[in-house]
Amino acid sequence: MNIHEYQAKEIFREYGVPVPRGGVAFTGPEAKRVAQELGGSLWVVKAQIHAGGRGKAGGVKLARSLEEVEKIAEELIGMTLVTHQTGPEGKKVEKVYVEEGADIQKEYYLGMVLDRATEMPVMMASTEGGMEIEEVAAKSPEKIIKVAIDPTIGFQGFHGRKLAFGLGLAKEEMKPFIKFAEALYKVYMDKDANMIEINPLIKTGSGEFLALDAKMGFDDNALYRHPDISEMRDLSEEDPVEIEAAKYGLSYVNLDGNVGCMVNGAGLAMATMDIIKHEGGEPANFLDVGGGANPDTVAKGFELILQDENVKSIFVNIFGGIVRCDRIANGILQATEKVDVNVPVIVRLDGTNAQEAAKILENANIKNIIPATDLSDGAKKAVAAAKGEL
Amino acid sequence: MSILVNKDTKVIVQGFTGKEGTFHSEQCIAYGTQIVGGVTPGKGGQTHLDRPVFNTVKEAVEATGATVSMIFVPPAFTADAVMEAADAGIELAVIITEGAPVRDMMYAKMYATKKGMKTIGPNCPGVITAQECKIGIMPGFIFKKGPVGLISKSGTLTYEASNQVVKEGLGISTAVGIGGDPIIGLSYKQLLPMFEADPETKAIVMIGEIGGTLEIEAAEFIKNNITKPVIAFIAGQTAPKGKRMGHAGAIISGGQGTAQEKMEALEKAGVYVVKSPADIGKKVAEALGK
Ligand SMILES: Nc1ncnc2c1ncn2[C@@H]1O[C@H](COP(=O)(O)OP(=O)(O)OP(=O)(O)O)[C@@H](O)[C@H]1O
Ligand SMILES: [Mg+2]
Repeated sequence: MNIHEYQAKEIFREYGVPVPRGGVAFTGPEAKRVAQELGGSLWVVKAQIHAGGRGKAGGVKLARSLEEVEKIAEELIGMTLVTHQTGPEGKKVEKVYVEEGADIQKEYYLGMVLDRATEMPVMMASTEGGMEIEEVAAKSPEKIIKVAIDPTIGFQGFHGRKLAFGLGLAKEEMKPFIKFAEALYKVYMDKDANMIEINPLIKTGSGEFLALDAKMGFDDNALYRHPDISEMRDLSEEDPVEIEAAKYGLSYVNLDGNVGCMVNGAGLAMATMDIIKHEGGEPANFLDVGGGANPDTVAKGFELILQDENVKSIFVNIFGGIVRCDRIANGILQATEKVDVNVPVIVRLDGTNAQEAAKILENANIKNIIPATDLSDGAKKAVAAAKGEL
Repeated sequence: MSILVNKDTKVIVQGFTGKEGTFHSEQCIAYGTQIVGGVTPGKGGQTHLDRPVFNTVKEAVEATGATVSMIFVPPAFTADAVMEAADAGIELAVIITEGAPVRDMMYAKMYATKKGMKTIGPNCPGVITAQECKIGIMPGFIFKKGPVGLISKSGTLTYEASNQVVKEGLGISTAVGIGGDPIIGLSYKQLLPMFEADPETKAIVMIGEIGGTLEIEAAEFIKNNITKPVIAFIAGQTAPKGKRMGHAGAIISGGQGTAQEKMEALEKAGVYVVKSPADIGKKVAEALGK
């Protein structure tokens, strides 16, 4: 689960990770009030969406008067921001964060993530802070300093020094930087984060380190022990169809093609999309109905797939293991009674009791249901059906 | 021969008396696995599925001589169960539970490694040596005995692959579902040399997915250490670039972990890479000259 910048900065404050003062606002006048309370003469108004690249896309703006704060906030709220991380459809801005303008002397990058290679959290820093860090990582990886932190010993001085020397910090900058990094490590571990990114981390004119940006993501499996974080979930950042699917234990992602897919298991679901493409078609969705695959989940699956008007055929690809194929076949028949399925459904059931399942489907003799013998046969038929060639 | 487990392997089940634990233990027993007992704290002294229940893993190991534990303990307590197994001298823990926090598994794996205990999973179908020993939730009948070792991140794709191999008139020596969580136990790199050393295994199927770098590391390893033919499929070639937030993940992995990158790396290492998941079985037969 991801959270907004303003929420991450709240958590940072709690842990003594220095951030500029600021507040969230849902309307222009509210933004003006926040700016007024902050005081000063320079503010930054930042669109709050779960994606990076806001600065470049026009979602982060400087304001030099209270009126300007209000005007910018009004422009940003309600607009759809398209950045390189939102996908082409963009994300609607529903709130802004108003922050005091910082005196930037130098910008750095500081991030934390789980390193699967060492199986430890790793902290990464770079002098090339600002907006193009991924390019830096690709072109000059030596400019990114990494330290894996063994959680059994925790954050030690030497971790901090390795980063600080790597960044070429001056002697008097070492201490505040290491303190900053240590506090960040504590946030990461305490909150079961799986990603923290500060880009840019800045050094101010007075030699302080401040997090100007803050992105945080969390391990979904650990949310049960962090009710405070769970509360920060913003459903408006998530796809409503995906939320609906999750309620039924289904995992659904909408795509651009016209061949709907219903599969059990994420790996086989991805493989099914691959083979549809391989046979010259385009998958309309990813849908994992999980291990259950009972009449209710299958019916819900059909509903979700058919919400998409592009769908011209549906490929049901289920490998029955512990759940027997004959039961799944009956589930499919029951589901077609509940939901009006008006496109050809190609059904490939393999595994336990596959032959009994084939008989059940055959005897039911429903014209929309076309049995397939194996993965490749099913994919071919589904692609042909979508093209109206079956 | 086979790897990791066989008909003589003695297995206990942690979370033995729970719903999942009970159902799958029954299935394993029916397959022929030597389930010699189970652990449910507070139920020690009882009998379940005609086998003794113990309060602690230590007691279970002392009484039964078990060397492997199959873990069905709920996510919040999974790491605790893994560490208890390691502490009690278990040699291999097969962790079926889905949804354990990553931080917990990080500590659990470190402790397991320190104690010399191997782990498989979490969030995986388990391990099976065909027609000898099934430790996990896979449908046993698909796995007919034969010369092919199987390593897979995904559950249902493991069944699909085994099914195809069997339809070619071949079969499986041992199949290991390694799981796809951020922290997993045995992976390609540790399992490949086991299959290389196993005289019964003549070819190895490796099924990967997008994300992470395990397959890339495996490719490097295969190039230098594996002489048996390896057949690979990577799921997710057509997965859309996920919406994401931040850059940290991409920076640390040094790439995006796309199917394309992985397939290229494997091909360069001399692996037979199939583009279509329907071609796994055929390719294995071809590699074995059948
Ligand atoms: N409080 C502030 N004072 C002055 N400048 C700021 C402030 N906050 C942000 N900026 C400037 O705006 C730029 C973009 O803001 P920020 O990094 O928060 O958003 P972003 O574009 O989403 O980040 P990324 O590109 O890392 O995904 C920063 O690099 C910084 O130069
Ligand atoms: Mg930024």
